[in-house]
Amino acid sequence: MTATTKIIRKPARTLADQSYLLEVVKGLGVTLKHFFKGTAQLVSGNRPDPVKEPYAEGVATIEYPDEKRPYARRWRGVHRLTHREDGSPRCVACLCCSTACPAQCIYIKPAEYPLDDARRGYERYPEEFVIDELRCIFCGFCVEACPCDAIRMDTGLHMTALDNRASFIFDKAMLMSFPSQDNTFLSENPRHEPGDESHPGIDRVRGGH
Amino acid sequence: MLFWIQAFVKIALIVGVLVNMAAILLWVERKQSAMMQDRVGPNRAAIAVFGKRFRLAGLVHSIADGIKMVWKEDWEPKTGDKLLYRLAPIVALVPPLCLFAVIPFGPTLYIDHAREMFSPAWATEATARTVPLQITNLDVGVLFIFAVAGAGIIGSALAGWASDNKFSLMGGLRAASQMVSYEVAMGLSLVGAFMIYQTVRLDEMVAWQQEHTWGIFVQPLGFVLFAVSAIAETKRVPFDVPEGESELVAGYFTEYAGLKFGMFASGELVEVCTSSAILVTIFLGGWHMPFFTDRGLEFIFRGASAVSPEVAAQFVASHTMTPGFDASQGVTTASLLQHCANAFASVNGSFVWHWPHWAVVVVGLGNFVLKAAFLIFMQLQIRWTLPRFRYDQIMKLGWQMLLPAALVNVLVTGTAILFFNGPSGG
Repeated sequence: MTATTKIIRKPARTLADQSYLLEVVKGLGVTLKHFFKGTAQLVSGNRPDPVKEPYAEGVATIEYPDEKRPYARRWRGVHRLTHREDGSPRCVACLCCSTACPAQCIYIKPAEYPLDDARRGYERYPEEFVIDELRCIFCGFCVEACPCDAIRMDTGLHMTALDNRASFIFDKAMLMSFPSQDNTFLSENPRHEPGDESHPGIDRVRGGH
Repeated sequence: MLFWIQAFVKIALIVGVLVNMAAILLWVERKQSAMMQDRVGPNRAAIAVFGKRFRLAGLVHSIADGIKMVWKEDWEPKTGDKLLYRLAPIVALVPPLCLFAVIPFGPTLYIDHAREMFSPAWATEATARTVPLQITNLDVGVLFIFAVAGAGIIGSALAGWASDNKFSLMGGLRAASQMVSYEVAMGLSLVGAFMIYQTVRLDEMVAWQQEHTWGIFVQPLGFVLFAVSAIAETKRVPFDVPEGESELVAGYFTEYAGLKFGMFASGELVEVCTSSAILVTIFLGGWHMPFFTDRGLEFIFRGASAVSPEVAAQFVASHTMTPGFDASQGVTTASLLQHCANAFASVNGSFVWHWPHWAVVVVGLGNFVLKAAFLIFMQLQIRWTLPRFRYDQIMKLGWQMLLPAALVNVLVTGTAILFFNGPSGG
């Protein structure tokens, strides 16, 4: 059996290619087209939004600090503590997140509600909730572990460069001050407080009978 | 006395414009390349005036660059040749500035008659005070340009040698060899133009082109050859092997910092300006534009006779004697312009629109500036379009293509002149 060979020749260059002059003119045509298009867009201020139309023809620069490309929704940024309707943290201080945390960067000091509070005995609240963002490895296990959807990483903020280590230790007030990318302090998963009419069936206020 | 005043004013004007053009071209280059590459370009630097920040579309970056260069540490290589090291940037910047000395950038200004209509009689008046818009009118003309442009080599060669750095030395060598090679092609590419114009004086070249046609139409090959050589002389992309940042760090100015580096950089940009100005003067009619004469716009239909000065004078006189015009109130430029606009009329089958002398001078100056600006734009466009040539390609292009082509151009031009004018010559 004989091997078949296919000889691929270098594409022949015509005299026009060789002279280079014509090719220079062609190249100038391309760059001039881009130049006039870009200039017209910038002068008229009528350029495609690089954030919303990243593949549109024309000037594509995102001027970063002024314009930002939003991160994907599943992107894990700086943590936030979600709020209840009344503005208190949803966290019930169950310590699931700090247990799940492989970097052990979460410190929670749980506290009981006052004696007369209906939630006493059922829930606790975090008196302190501290995350060392320098130690955090942004794995997202805390978010997975949380049974109350109280900790989320959907702020869309990446860690900024701060100039000392202490600044990276975020306390409860700071963690509660970040909204989500959608600019809400709540969570997408609604929380039904005990006795909520829209949430029929047994609960700890109505009892089971 | 007038001679000295006008010489100083013109020199100050030209040097001021050129040095500032270097700063402006820095901005143009950044912004233009950004536009070509679908970017925004520089736009962050701002000047704060009363709390308001003016960004001027990135023009402030040039100022910031200047400030940066002035304040940078003026570091010098310890083992280099101190004197030559300091001399090199000066030698690199001064020749491109000097080149402009012989370039006529506008028509001759008759200052005593600036508000009047042009009369050829002024030129023969013994007392006429003239200001030729050209710093000096040398008989050697273009040869001066070749000589001074050739001196530009010395700057980069000196820089390469005095830096005591192998990269610099290689860059200096490359710069010297490249510029010497392209000087040859550059000189020969203009011989055809000399043969047609029968002069090397630049003002006479412009006059020839005003009388006949632009040089680019009689010397198209010469124009291309000269343009290519001129771009090679500026040592910019695609002919920037002397700089060659991918191989030689920064070539001959590797060891330069601060304002000395700035002098090399602005020298390059000034060279872009001057080479454009030379191209405009020799091939694009200088300050001339179609139908533009000493007197204004004249469009002569075929078969119609040209307007004689007497007719023109009569023509203007007839319009200046119209009721709205009162000579006793003094001739204001505005009133004259108004009357010239009225004079836009058909004379003997031709469109004639005569302007006062100052307007002619201003328009001539504008022609020159616009044409030069266009060529500068095209040079920057070429610089940002083409990739760098390899060193052997540059030598091959210079010696094996441009030089023979220039010789052929001389041959063809000579043959054509003999054919059209006969053995006695033009």
